[in-house]
Amino acid sequence: MSPLPHGPEWEFELLERYDEAISQTAAEFGLDTYPNQIEIINSEQMLDAYASAGLPLGYPHWSYGKAFIRHEQAYRKGYQGLAYEIVINSSPCIAYLMEENSLMMQALVIAHASYGHNSFFKGNYLFKQFTQADAILDYLVFARRYVMECEQRYGVAEVEELLDSSHALMEYGVDRYKRPQPQSAKEKEQRRNEIEEHQRRQFNDLWRTLPQTAPAATAEAATAVFPAEPEENILYFVEKHSPRLAPWQRELVRIVRKLSQYFYPQTQTKVMNEGWATFWHYTLINRLYEKKLVDDAFMLEFLHIHTNVVSQRGFDQEGYHGINPYALGFAMMHDIRRICEDPTEEDAAWFPELAGTEWRKSLDFAMRNFKDESFIAQYLSPRLIRELRLFVVADHVGKAELEVDSIHDEHGYKRVRRMMADQYKRENLLPDIQVARYERDGDRSLTLRSPVFRGRPLEEEQANEVLRHLGRLWGFPVRLEAVDAEGRIDGYREWRP
Amino acid sequence: MNYLIDRRLNGRNKSAVNRERFMRRYKEHIRRSVKGMIAERSITDMAKGGDVKVPAKDISEPGFRYGTGGDWESVHPGNKEFVRGDKIPRPEGGGRGSGGSESGTGESVDDFVFALSREEFLNIFFEDLELPNLMRTAIAEAEDKKLVRAGYVKEGTPANLSVGRTMKTALARRIALGGPLRDELEQAREALEAAARAGQPQEARIAALENQIVELEGRLARLPFLDDVDLRYRHRIAVPRPSARAVMFCLMDVSASMDERKKDLAKRFFTLLYLFLTRKYERVELVFIRHTDEAQEVDEDTFFYDTQSGGTVVYSALELMQQICEARYPKSEWNIYGAQASDGDAFGADPAKSARFLRERVLRLTRYFAYIECPDENQSGNSSLWVEYEEVRGSDQNFAMRKVYQPQEIYPVFRDLFRKEKV
Repeated sequence: MSPLPHGPEWEFELLERYDEAISQTAAEFGLDTYPNQIEIINSEQMLDAYASAGLPLGYPHWSYGKAFIRHEQAYRKGYQGLAYEIVINSSPCIAYLMEENSLMMQALVIAHASYGHNSFFKGNYLFKQFTQADAILDYLVFARRYVMECEQRYGVAEVEELLDSSHALMEYGVDRYKRPQPQSAKEKEQRRNEIEEHQRRQFNDLWRTLPQTAPAATAEAATAVFPAEPEENILYFVEKHSPRLAPWQRELVRIVRKLSQYFYPQTQTKVMNEGWATFWHYTLINRLYEKKLVDDAFMLEFLHIHTNVVSQRGFDQEGYHGINPYALGFAMMHDIRRICEDPTEEDAAWFPELAGTEWRKSLDFAMRNFKDESFIAQYLSPRLIRELRLFVVADHVGKAELEVDSIHDEHGYKRVRRMMADQYKRENLLPDIQVARYERDGDRSLTLRSPVFRGRPLEEEQANEVLRHLGRLWGFPVRLEAVDAEGRIDGYREWRP
Repeated sequence: MNYLIDRRLNGRNKSAVNRERFMRRYKEHIRRSVKGMIAERSITDMAKGGDVKVPAKDISEPGFRYGTGGDWESVHPGNKEFVRGDKIPRPEGGGRGSGGSESGTGESVDDFVFALSREEFLNIFFEDLELPNLMRTAIAEAEDKKLVRAGYVKEGTPANLSVGRTMKTALARRIALGGPLRDELEQAREALEAAARAGQPQEARIAALENQIVELEGRLARLPFLDDVDLRYRHRIAVPRPSARAVMFCLMDVSASMDERKKDLAKRFFTLLYLFLTRKYERVELVFIRHTDEAQEVDEDTFFYDTQSGGTVVYSALELMQQICEARYPKSEWNIYGAQASDGDAFGADPAKSARFLRERVLRLTRYFAYIECPDENQSGNSSLWVEYEEVRGSDQNFAMRKVYQPQEIYPVFRDLFRKEKV
């Protein structure tokens, strides 16, 4: 292939040539991707995309208007730049590129989004389980249309109220452990046949002759706790069991729940996803340079941007906003490759399953089978902990001062790694709250239960507010119990209609 | 298979509907802000956007979150001097950790401020005044435009094709492109002549030259007579229609009985007339005349916000207005409008004198004179000024008056004016 032309301005033909070159290079490394759809947009359209959480279309709601106004203002006043791209987990995988980008930036962004993120969406287990890339765009179209129809039929205010309440519980609209497993028609039929066969074998006419006992079991069933097992998906429970909601309202709750589920994998794989995409734009562009397709000027511009993206400030430096997921993710992905190709003695002891293996395969395995928490727990190496000079600060209630729990030394590696992984655990950010009881035969009240996690209280005002929203959806009293480690009820709040 | 799509030409403002939802929800806040802006602004820059502030508390979207307290650990990069077991004093405010970004509770507590566009502002302003919809668009619209010629352009509609200019360009192009060919042709012809003179031995050369001449002539003939690049269209641009100048007199009684509420009504009244005039006239000048028992010409700030005490003599204001007109705004050059606001308290001979002066002198000068009276809310019966002015209304077409308790009662004062002038 002849060298690719380079200049500050991009053109569509140039983008096509770059895309082709990157695509071929990605194929050399065996990246498996959805088909790509690359769209050029301007800054206003990027702001629109921001407001709808990156989705190409959404239903109308004031909170999106608020987000739009906030971003627009920050952008106009220069407090905030805009992202170079937005990529959507769909098939074809849609990547939005800003028109202001230089030619080099467009190439970088294509490698990053259309090959990096794209292959992650296609390969990672969470995305496979929770999202259907080829159906999401159709679902969004349906959701938008449905919401707007409801607005016409039942009034904008009614719909807005319901969406407000559902949004307040959006984070609790995800099945974390139950895998949604679609059964094909064939499987269903097979299952039915098995049941029939089982009944046929068990049939014994003799049972019919036994005297019938009084159905004592029903009284017991009435007092039994429902649901039998706590339900963590509160929106699902509301959708299925709310005594008050009309069918169209259930459908709206379902739409919010489905969107929440669609976004769930992204919240759980931020470090991995960005790390993977950054690793691949770095690797692909470097490969283009090795093949002499791009020149030194291109590379210098590229390295300048890349370095900015993966910079990690120290805790005491200005502009420190916690761990930069791009930096951590990229460093870890790069580290895995290093351990595979060039392991030290320490690496061999810590990662015997990685050292000396084919890096492409090991990295692919890591990408497919982990989320942030498990990925860090598995792969954060002592060497990287030293390089980043990571340390753990403990803030315990009842102690007058913060304490340095562990640092990047022999004693601390395991603990730092554990703590770092915990930082990406859902429980660490969101309180665990589940549906405990629904008094179906009593006052129809709903009781939520929240085990107190490490002595952390709920934020009062917001909790009361969310409870009010839940009450609106439920229509009967709702309660929230805080339960301590021994199972005793520690705190209690209630909302009555 | 990869697709590359240019979406830049797609519709912008996808979020317009969401913005509208947002405005609907926070209408009360916005209305309150607009009210503040009306009070703050001068009449001449009333018609523009502004910032609306919504308290962060009213706009937050709730969710279950951890509050402060309990046990936390956080990991940070860039350790330099810490070793295990070091104690660090808690940061101010008792927050957790030293970074704090891991908690996810970082929604900013600042008030939410956003900008209202000019249209949105005027909409709310008019809503309070209960202006009919047709009127709203008529006023909010920019002034009339007139199309004027502005040279020639390469693109346009066939109706605007300038034939003369197009032919001129075509001719120029043909001369420019044909020049070299014509030179060559001439050389070839001369060479042919020379060869012909030499005769027999040059026969092959003659044939070649003849061929060349035929070919050059062909190429010259193939130069298009008219090409796309020759087309020229007349260009027109829209410029604001120049129209006559207008001057608007704001007359207000500033005696102690005019309280804040009444002044606010008066300000809205003046603003509405001003907006209407700016739509109609290229240039509108404002003259503020306030009066107690003596009239003064003042600037806008003093007019609305400076308190002064004294009696009430309306006549003095009308007289001053007439004097200013004569001195600075001759009737032949200016369209003169008058707007007067008062609570109607006038004593003795003043009302009768004022009404007569208004009818005999002032209304002769003005195109339109509007009077609003802002009585106390519980006042019954007519004020003395009102009684006298009512007679003027009976006899004069270009005079309107109204009692106004609420902002929405202002518009009818102008109804005749708007109707008449709209035609």
